[in-house]
Amino acid sequence: MSKPIKQIHLAAHFPGVNNTTVWSDPASGSHIDFSSFVHFAETAERGKFDFMFLAEGLRLREQGGEIYDLDVVGRPDTFTILAALAAVTDRLGLTGTINSTFNEPYEVARQFASLDHLSDGRAAWNVVTSWDAFTGENFRRGGFLAEDQRYRRAEHFLEAAHTLFDSWRGDEIVADKDSGVFLSDSAAGAFSYSNEDFDISGRFNVPRSPQGRPVIFQAGDSDHGREFAASAADAIFSRHGTLTEGQAFYADVKGRLAAHGRRPEQLLILPAATFVLGDTDAEAADIAHDVRLAQVSPATAIKFLEQLWNRDLSDHDANGPLPSVDPIVGENTISRGRASVRMHRDPIAVANEWRAKAEAENLTTRELIVEVTGRQNFIGSPSTVAETINHLVQSDASDGFILVPHVTPGGLDGFVDQVVPLLQERGVFRADYEGTTLRDHLGLAQPARAVAGASEATGVIAATR
Amino acid sequence: MATAPERLHLAVALEGTGWHPTSWREPDARPTDLLTPRYWTDLVTEAERGLLDFVTIEDGLTLQSDNGVRVDERTDRVRGRLDAVLIAARVAPRTKHIGLIPTAITTHTEPFHLSKAIATLDYVSSGRAGIRVQVSRSRDAAAHFGRRTVPDAPKDFVAELFTEAADYVEVIRRLWDSWEDDAEIRDVATGRFIDRTKLHYIDFEGAQFSVKGPSITPRPPQGQPIVTALGHVDVAYRLIATSADVGFVTPHNAAETTAIVDEIASHRAGDAAPVRVFADLVVFLDDTVAAATARRERLDGTLGHEYVSDAEVFVGTPRGLADLLQEWHAAGAAGFRLRPATLPHDLLQITDGLVPELQGRGAFHDAYHASTLRGALDLPRPANRYSNA
Repeated sequence: MSKPIKQIHLAAHFPGVNNTTVWSDPASGSHIDFSSFVHFAETAERGKFDFMFLAEGLRLREQGGEIYDLDVVGRPDTFTILAALAAVTDRLGLTGTINSTFNEPYEVARQFASLDHLSDGRAAWNVVTSWDAFTGENFRRGGFLAEDQRYRRAEHFLEAAHTLFDSWRGDEIVADKDSGVFLSDSAAGAFSYSNEDFDISGRFNVPRSPQGRPVIFQAGDSDHGREFAASAADAIFSRHGTLTEGQAFYADVKGRLAAHGRRPEQLLILPAATFVLGDTDAEAADIAHDVRLAQVSPATAIKFLEQLWNRDLSDHDANGPLPSVDPIVGENTISRGRASVRMHRDPIAVANEWRAKAEAENLTTRELIVEVTGRQNFIGSPSTVAETINHLVQSDASDGFILVPHVTPGGLDGFVDQVVPLLQERGVFRADYEGTTLRDHLGLAQPARAVAGASEATGVIAATR
Repeated sequence: MATAPERLHLAVALEGTGWHPTSWREPDARPTDLLTPRYWTDLVTEAERGLLDFVTIEDGLTLQSDNGVRVDERTDRVRGRLDAVLIAARVAPRTKHIGLIPTAITTHTEPFHLSKAIATLDYVSSGRAGIRVQVSRSRDAAAHFGRRTVPDAPKDFVAELFTEAADYVEVIRRLWDSWEDDAEIRDVATGRFIDRTKLHYIDFEGAQFSVKGPSITPRPPQGQPIVTALGHVDVAYRLIATSADVGFVTPHNAAETTAIVDEIASHRAGDAAPVRVFADLVVFLDDTVAAATARRERLDGTLGHEYVSDAEVFVGTPRGLADLLQEWHAAGAAGFRLRPATLPHDLLQITDGLVPELQGRGAFHDAYHASTLRGALDLPRPANRYSNA
């Protein structure tokens, strides 16, 4: 018996503050003016996308002790821009990345509950944690959380937020003008949450929102992060967009759900994916190559090199071979505020891999960096890209994709105009929105309300210890 | 030749279904819509139709309460609200001219987050953002955050909270200036998106927090969005004088208005633009004094006692209110923040009655002339404190 055909989920990542975004493109507009966000959101909604996605960073990146100036710099406040976008869209989900380290649950819960009310049920929260005192220098809390502590605090933060979201049932507001009864329950919003990270109690002041809770996204890739997602998230923003890596990740994470009493469809796997379209596959390949060169200028190539080598290489020639000196092993001091740097667990080994590849393929430093960093997920004609996406989803490499265009704000236009109709013709993507909330679009049920004071997320902690 | 009277400013303070505790039971009240975007869009759109300079939006980190000190267990009042900054952001794209001033609590929140939130509100409203800062000495709010305790000696604590509020405003203002206006250069030749010499660490160190900067958000359209605060006592007047562009105060007559305006001015730095002092008034308005009085008595009857407020309570006609406003304006108030007793009734009395009355007297503008809130308040776009530093 053949598998049922899956419906694809599509989302749009507003171009980020990294070298994927090509600000030097003549079509590149403002990354901060509201008109760019309106264009982007309206395009995503025209394409019937599930949601748009905003990343967040709470300290400007530095390299070599100076603010990093080669990429787009500057972003708006996540909550504020999403609330404003709720005014210019009707159905599009609004997903914001919000840090759990430099916030407090009461405030974040009331912001997400407010956003969910103000968008009629379209809010989603990508829960992330920070790791460094560098970012902490902008906040009251300051300081450093050890890796295990920051995951624990993130779990407790989410658990506390769920306790707050669930502190209102949703039927307390009667507002009967004749009898004078506004609330049916004098204890509406009562909550209490206490452990080694938080000790909070009182009354939550935002009544239950249309979705009950925002949709929860998780982005971590470690074993710990995957377990966290399997226990508590509705969707994963993953980085595994290829067939074999995607299938392995998909099987791994979906396989963890049963232990948490959850079904496979209760957690969506949505990798980030870049794309380049052309009239033909050959034309797209040419454009893709040009885009990669624009993304990795000689100066950017040197900066990438420094992030792995963990030393000043400003005198190195990007058009020559890789440096002969080895990376400095240990705490990365050259680059600060950049999550990707932490992934270089064994810099010597990676450097040797890069040298072997450069030698075998006769690549300069810049060409090597282009090869190891820049490759787009989907390159081709609209029909090739549509077929590729559908194949990946039907092959269980993902449930859909969070598309990351490289130009602001028009980088999504071609995809919506040319690829979406092909997916709709194939019957694998919605021709129109069927529901009104983001949970409706994602096929997620309304969350059951936990018993007060004993959030279902309590299971997270038991399972991850 | 008589000179035209200087025009006064008008704002409206939005709170739930109005400021009277039983306002939600009025026939035209919409208590079940309070958590919807339509409710707030309707109110602010109406205020804009009346050419008001700005709206403020109340907020708090506890449930509302009748006693104002501890959360109560009443079930006969409006309880529950939405985040005011997000309401303002939601309304911004649906309006064009009116200023948007949500409330934020400085005691438990992060100045870094608020600074970029208000900068972003300024972007999404094309230069119409402000913020009203408020301290919280509520034990309930402190317990919601679990980070600080409210001591038994409230006087010292209040002083600490206002000192912290001044630090907080200093931080958000420095962060707004932490990007120079021309920091984004997009220089393809050198590959540089920004000129990093035009981004600045703010290096603030205070008793309650230290903030490094720069902001993650570029300098907002107004340069410095409008900072406001409400005050009743000296410590708050000092905060208004040192930190705010607009102060909300609660005089009960023209003489008190002059005294408070003078006191705030005495604390103001000589080189700073004068604080725009707005007098707050709770208003019960009707076409006749008798109707307004009857409405207030009916509302108070439901309440069970006379409604009292920190602000003067005006009960009467738009014409009578216009007389009072002009008198207090002559006494030194730059403008007025009117607190409608009930919504939408008293807001409609303002837009349909008070505004035409004042316009007829040449005391209120006939159209929006400025494109930003600073412009509406006759404040220039300020130079960046870090330029040429």
